[in-house]
Amino acid sequence: MTNSINEIEQAQVILVSGSNTTRTHPQVARRFFTAMDRGAKLIVIDPRRTRLARHAHIHLRIRPGTDIALLNGMMRSIIDENLIDDLFIQMRTENYTTMRDMLFGIDLAQAAAITGVPEKMIRRAARIYAQAQRSVICYCLGVTQHIAGTGNVQSYANLAMLTGHVEQEFTGVDPLRGQNNVQGACDMGALPGVLPGYQSVADPGVREKFARVWGVELPVTAGMTLLDMTHVPDSAASLQTATPAIRAMYITGENPLLSEPALNSVRRTFHQFDFLAVSDIFLSETAQVADVVFPAASFAEKSGTITSSERRVQLMRKAIDPVGDSRPDDWIVRELARRMGYAMDYDSPAEIMEEICLVTPIYAGMYHDRLDREWGVQWPCGGRDQEGTQYLHKYSFTRGRGRFEPARHVEPAEPVDSDYPFALITGRLYFQYHTGTMSRRTPILERESDQPLLEVHPEDGRRLGLRQGCRVTVVSRRGRCRFVVELTDRVAPGNLFTSFHFAEAPVNELTVEASDPVARCPEYKVCAVRLEEVETC
Amino acid sequence: MRDVLTVCCYCGCGCGLYLHVKDDRVVGSSPSRNHPVSRNNLCVRGWNAHGFIHDAGRLAEPLVRRDGRLRPASWDEALQITADALGRIVHEHGSDAVGVLASAKCTNEENYLLQKFARAVLGTNNIDHCARL
Repeated sequence: MTNSINEIEQAQVILVSGSNTTRTHPQVARRFFTAMDRGAKLIVIDPRRTRLARHAHIHLRIRPGTDIALLNGMMRSIIDENLIDDLFIQMRTENYTTMRDMLFGIDLAQAAAITGVPEKMIRRAARIYAQAQRSVICYCLGVTQHIAGTGNVQSYANLAMLTGHVEQEFTGVDPLRGQNNVQGACDMGALPGVLPGYQSVADPGVREKFARVWGVELPVTAGMTLLDMTHVPDSAASLQTATPAIRAMYITGENPLLSEPALNSVRRTFHQFDFLAVSDIFLSETAQVADVVFPAASFAEKSGTITSSERRVQLMRKAIDPVGDSRPDDWIVRELARRMGYAMDYDSPAEIMEEICLVTPIYAGMYHDRLDREWGVQWPCGGRDQEGTQYLHKYSFTRGRGRFEPARHVEPAEPVDSDYPFALITGRLYFQYHTGTMSRRTPILERESDQPLLEVHPEDGRRLGLRQGCRVTVVSRRGRCRFVVELTDRVAPGNLFTSFHFAEAPVNELTVEASDPVARCPEYKVCAVRLEEVETC
Repeated sequence: MRDVLTVCCYCGCGCGLYLHVKDDRVVGSSPSRNHPVSRNNLCVRGWNAHGFIHDAGRLAEPLVRRDGRLRPASWDEALQITADALGRIVHEHGSDAVGVLASAKCTNEENYLLQKFARAVLGTNNIDHCARL
């Protein structure tokens, strides 16, 4: 997030896209409602009528995967009504003329046709967002999990820059991060292209700096993403001679055999591994096929820091000793390294953090003793004696000037057709979490939500003879999966929605492995399916 | 009964919460009153953040596959088998034949060590995690 969570309370307009915030980020949703109590306007862009959308002043119910068309329409309308921030564009951005020329080619009637949102609504939303002094954009995976995910994100950035809603407090572009430490895992360089602090592996100077601290030469070529490691292309697998690029994996606390798209393809890839080690707190679907399983300590049994969505680095404190003979993952990694001839001698997580502070400029002041005394510190923080940063891009962007990146609408990888007439959207529920490893073992959460529900619009339900609670099989080109029907107008006619929490109904049997070519983020949010084998009830 | 101030294990909001510990078991969780994000409030997942910690299904000892089945093993054995296998594959097929997945559920310190392990020990940039999920 460029802002802090509490800043949202002060916004005058909040534009939320692809986020079921009351369900997935309740504390952020709480700020939305506080802001609305103070008179803020809420605009929600979502194909589903979520609880948040019901509270919105404007709900732009787009057809799944048409964000770019909508935003280009909004931006065209902002230019038409001369609501752009000239000064901001001049002082802080570049490539505006290309952007403007592209927008002059945009026809609002066409944008309305692509998105399914009336032209009048597009104009109204654009006006509300652009005219306010303090507008903030919050988005989540409904924006990124598309083949045009990068273009989607760039379009939201374009919108914010066009209207100058970036540089001040209470304005900005805020991606909401899903896991408690997904921000930190990115910050720490658990990504194929960057070292800790987003320092590029392609930069020889950066590699040299790390080589000096680590005492070894660093690999030069960027690595493979999760999606590439776990999906061997079809053609390669069918040729007997072709060997998968990856022969062995060491996986900590992840469950790709339930969470990755197109599970058929993931299983085929895992089948070809020579060796698989998994470290987890439970025997997950992935651990079940491993050669070695390490029992890991849970969050209550170890100490260390985690970084929240608002860049707040906080101390997680050990409450009890590890359960059974489980051990923290840092101990497991250090032991493996030692046995492979590389010493990782640290007495405590605090000592590991001292090395992180040394090599990671944005974390330079995150010493444990300091974090212990405060409610965490927000990066970037340049040193022990420096304050953290409440919001980003105050005087300049990381790259200098903000660059407008015009994007054009791209249809989802798998459009609906007469054989597969429904668009299936996947997402999350309130009482469950991700692949359910933790939440499904928590009695109260499981009691509240223990069935893989499939949201079907009542009109579609009537047409197909579906009733509340009956079972139905959802079929895509890749697999089939059985769900329990929930008739609700949260989904639009022609759309279906379900979650990926339930191992007994692994929705990723159905999803496509098509992904954004830049971010390699799979298109979880749309695939074409049909309904079969309705069980009468 | 002890209360330990920590951070919630679920979403990215980063709520401060207390874990209540009795006889070395975590028996409850409740919000921190002064934490800037949680402000004395938690969602249903946060109130139940302790719920899975003592589940009977928790892995309590290392497992190693023998004759096609996962069987209990010592730490020494499990670690040595893994170190040998990774070393052999790096030696035979090169560093880039091995991939490491870090975790958004691990701490910064653990993620740092995992990427250091991939880059400095295995010699590959094949390190990623579930950021896109």
